[in-house]
Amino acid sequence: MAGKDDEYERKQSRDISRRRFLKGAGLTALSMANLSEAQAAKEASAAIRGPGATAVTLRVNNAVHNLQVEPCETLAETLRTQLGMTGTKVSCDRGTCSACTVWLDGATMCACMTLTVDVQDRAVTTIEGLAQDGKLHPVQEAFIEKDATMCGFCTPGMVMSCAALLARNSSPTLDDVREATCGNFCRCGTYPKVFAATLAAAGKGVK
Amino acid sequence: MSEGEKKAAGKGTLTESKKTKTIKVPIGIFGVNIAEVEREVPLDEPPPLPVNAELNVLGKPTKRLDGHLKVTGAARYTADIQLSGMLYGRILRSPHPHAKIKSIDLSQACKQPGVRAAHIITRVVGTAKERDEKTRAIDAKILFDSSTGVPIVKYVGQPVAAIAATTDRAAAEALEYIKVEYEPLPFVVDMYDAMKPDAPKVFQGPTEQEGTAGGGGAPPGLPQKGNVRGPEVAGLLGGDRGDVKAGFAEADLVVENEYHTQIQMHSALEPHGLIADWRDDALTIYASTQGTSSLRDDIAHLFNLPKNKVRVITEFMGGGFGAKFGAGNYGIAAILLSKQAKAPVKLMHDRKEEQTCAGFRPASVQNLKIGAKNDGTLTAITLSSHGTAGTALGAGVGWAAQNLYKCANFSSQHFDVLTNQSPGCAFRAPGQPQGCFAIEQAIDELCDRLGLDPLELRDKIDADEMRKQQRNLGAKAFDWSKRKRAGSDKGAIRRGVGMAQGEWPRFVDMNSSCELRLTNDGGVEVLSSVQDIGTGIRTVLAQVVAEELGLLPTDIVVRIGDTVFPTGPASGGSVTTGSITPAVRKAAHHLKLKIFDLASSKLSAEPEDLIMKDGKISEKNGGNSLTLKKLAKELPTDQLSVFASRTADYGGFEKGNFLGFGRLSSVQFAEVLVDTESGRIHIERIVAAHSCGRPLNPLALESQINGGVLQGISWALYENRHVDKASGIVVNPNVEQYKLVGAKEVPKIEIVLMEEYLGRSATDATGIGEPAIVPTAAAIANAVANAIGVRILSLPMTPDKVLAALKKGGSR
Repeated sequence: MAGKDDEYERKQSRDISRRRFLKGAGLTALSMANLSEAQAAKEASAAIRGPGATAVTLRVNNAVHNLQVEPCETLAETLRTQLGMTGTKVSCDRGTCSACTVWLDGATMCACMTLTVDVQDRAVTTIEGLAQDGKLHPVQEAFIEKDATMCGFCTPGMVMSCAALLARNSSPTLDDVREATCGNFCRCGTYPKVFAATLAAAGKGVK
Repeated sequence: MSEGEKKAAGKGTLTESKKTKTIKVPIGIFGVNIAEVEREVPLDEPPPLPVNAELNVLGKPTKRLDGHLKVTGAARYTADIQLSGMLYGRILRSPHPHAKIKSIDLSQACKQPGVRAAHIITRVVGTAKERDEKTRAIDAKILFDSSTGVPIVKYVGQPVAAIAATTDRAAAEALEYIKVEYEPLPFVVDMYDAMKPDAPKVFQGPTEQEGTAGGGGAPPGLPQKGNVRGPEVAGLLGGDRGDVKAGFAEADLVVENEYHTQIQMHSALEPHGLIADWRDDALTIYASTQGTSSLRDDIAHLFNLPKNKVRVITEFMGGGFGAKFGAGNYGIAAILLSKQAKAPVKLMHDRKEEQTCAGFRPASVQNLKIGAKNDGTLTAITLSSHGTAGTALGAGVGWAAQNLYKCANFSSQHFDVLTNQSPGCAFRAPGQPQGCFAIEQAIDELCDRLGLDPLELRDKIDADEMRKQQRNLGAKAFDWSKRKRAGSDKGAIRRGVGMAQGEWPRFVDMNSSCELRLTNDGGVEVLSSVQDIGTGIRTVLAQVVAEELGLLPTDIVVRIGDTVFPTGPASGGSVTTGSITPAVRKAAHHLKLKIFDLASSKLSAEPEDLIMKDGKISEKNGGNSLTLKKLAKELPTDQLSVFASRTADYGGFEKGNFLGFGRLSSVQFAEVLVDTESGRIHIERIVAAHSCGRPLNPLALESQINGGVLQGISWALYENRHVDKASGIVVNPNVEQYKLVGAKEVPKIEIVLMEEYLGRSATDATGIGEPAIVPTAAAIANAVANAIGVRILSLPMTPDKVLAALKKGGSR
């Protein structure tokens, strides 16, 4: 949902079309069609959701957001279009390239393969939340220092993968960094410098 | 200088001062043969720059100015932009490789929730067009089915209709309600099938396609039989020479092979796309493009708009590699949807579209024959190549065979084969990696057969002094002396080393202008429409200004990627740095002269006795000084501004199309391990020796060389698009089944960056993007041959091909 057309969203939650009705889970849709918007939102927090927008509470970078999302909406879509957090990139949209890497409770996850309705009550950390109190994460510093970015489109996902590695292993080997980034696709070819930057951030030089 | 050269040299100098001065500039390779040469240059040119060792900022590793934005996710790409009231566009694409469209019904689709605009695609760009045989003009109308007025489908993924809706999902869902009635036609997607006399014709008659800023296209008027167009017998650097028949008669031995290279998808992380915002009086475009100015011109031409009514903005872009020039079918669709809906429309390819119909490096088959004397002297070279860019032209294999080595007798012919596949386009160093894959393996095979060292033979037959130095320094860094005879390693896993070399011409884009501003608070801004496609030109421009004005790069604000600024070059063919930096230095120099004029009265000194250093204007002899900030307060107006454009190359151009003298040379060495049981090739290390004129930012240059090498490795070993012959459908339109090099396959890459002075411009810098990929695949192939004693003549060098080669070579 774009979040840019409130009229459209309101229309969707008020007036479920026949097509959407048929596409959705029949009984839920039928009951929801007769409910007021507020009731629908309340109902949506129960186990069965959809097919229309449903209320969720998201915790992103320690801030709480109350949002309406469609059950099929991915976390990447919600972050990018509803919250304006476009640092999380979508490139393959099927969990191959890891440009959309975020942390869920500290573990890396492809936001394009994660449904927003499934991450309530979990801590989401995005690239925008990695720097603390205006101070860059050591991996971010090292990426700048070693020139580990070119076009920069893969960089947020790459940084999230490398920072997560350092969180679980403060003195990784080169092979550990390769393993941590083997799902992160970079077409410009920043890999050698990504390795160097991550090892530098861990207080080691690259051989 | 010939008459032609004089004419070429004069071109582009119309606006320059007629008065000239003579300056002495460095020339040669630093540490090898550095000297000075006199050049007559326009009077307004800045004084010559000394070698990098005598400079403060240029040539020093400099962190990217936009690094902070990129590592924090704050950098905004086209894909990230959301405008108020913005709609999302989607394109319906043909599932057929060749078909007539009998009818299209948008009515149901238009009734779907959120749909605001829809149209039938009536114009398809990027493909070849049929030629009117009488007028020899390109006749776009022939493409259309006269009964419906809709273009004939020629490839799977060809756009048929477009829809804009309030959300991306609504637009995607509405596409399902478009009713299209196709009449499938016979088709052919395989190059060899397409060459058969009875093959279905992709086009009904001979075709034409003009080149674009990013390359591609083909010479006009060539003959075409069925799907085979050509021969093309001359390219950028001329055509045949000497007498190949006589040359082969002189030869003691002949190396003759057929070399195959596959297509390569650009696979940029940010897909193609743009946002079109057509208001009553003007069109604003946010685009993921390699050329803001050239895109503006393309759109103005396509939509018959004055150029000053079209604005193109590219603040950040997520990779192009040659595929992102021009409006594209997606762009045309977005612009029409925006016009119809009276709202901004964003239309980005999804990954499937990106890997199906967003361009590719064409495939090639090369029959290459070289004749040589027993001492390795080449006597004759013939090359016959076929290539396919699907429904596009321009599948040539460059000029490596023609131009890398001394050989009096050369002859070549190239044929484009049309197939019902989506159109190919320019990809990093169009043609050259393919050409190098063939000639560099042939030379290596010649060495093996004559028992010569590949470096020694090249020292003898390659006239290029830069490559000689690169071979020398590269060999030392690599430890070439440990090379063993081909096939001498034993065991299941065999080690091999190899090398290959290449070159790329030095082009200049004279559309390279900038404005430089000094505001009365001491701030300095550079403005140009040139875009940073990831190479780091933003930082380099700041370095150039900082060097001239005695400031730090971080003191300079660089505003680029917007056509409201002075026109900058499109980023293709490694032209950006060499084209725009001299203009920026010129502007900085003239701003400095204005500053000196102003400062001279304050400091009671003559302007020519002043220098700028550490943010201060001071007397050369260390007398009085004042800070730029303080002086700026005294500006007669709030802002001082200087405009400057690229001066023609010092000493003129080699050719009229702004081909500069000198080449971007490269030599790469590879060390590989080949598993003779599994067939897997593992690359241990690459040493890459490169030249790019005066290196301006070694940090970013290294990154680009790494990138070229890795794209070369990826092409050499992994990338392989599969198109089903029975349906014309791309069966791996994604980035998991289309295998790309990843973190685990990245070898150690060592870079030998040469410092070369050509004496051709105020910065004397050139680009590095293209040459970095040119020799990589050939170097790997030579290393593999050295390891296993058998040559693999076909890319990608996948395990099945390695095992087949071993079996054929009898080495297992």
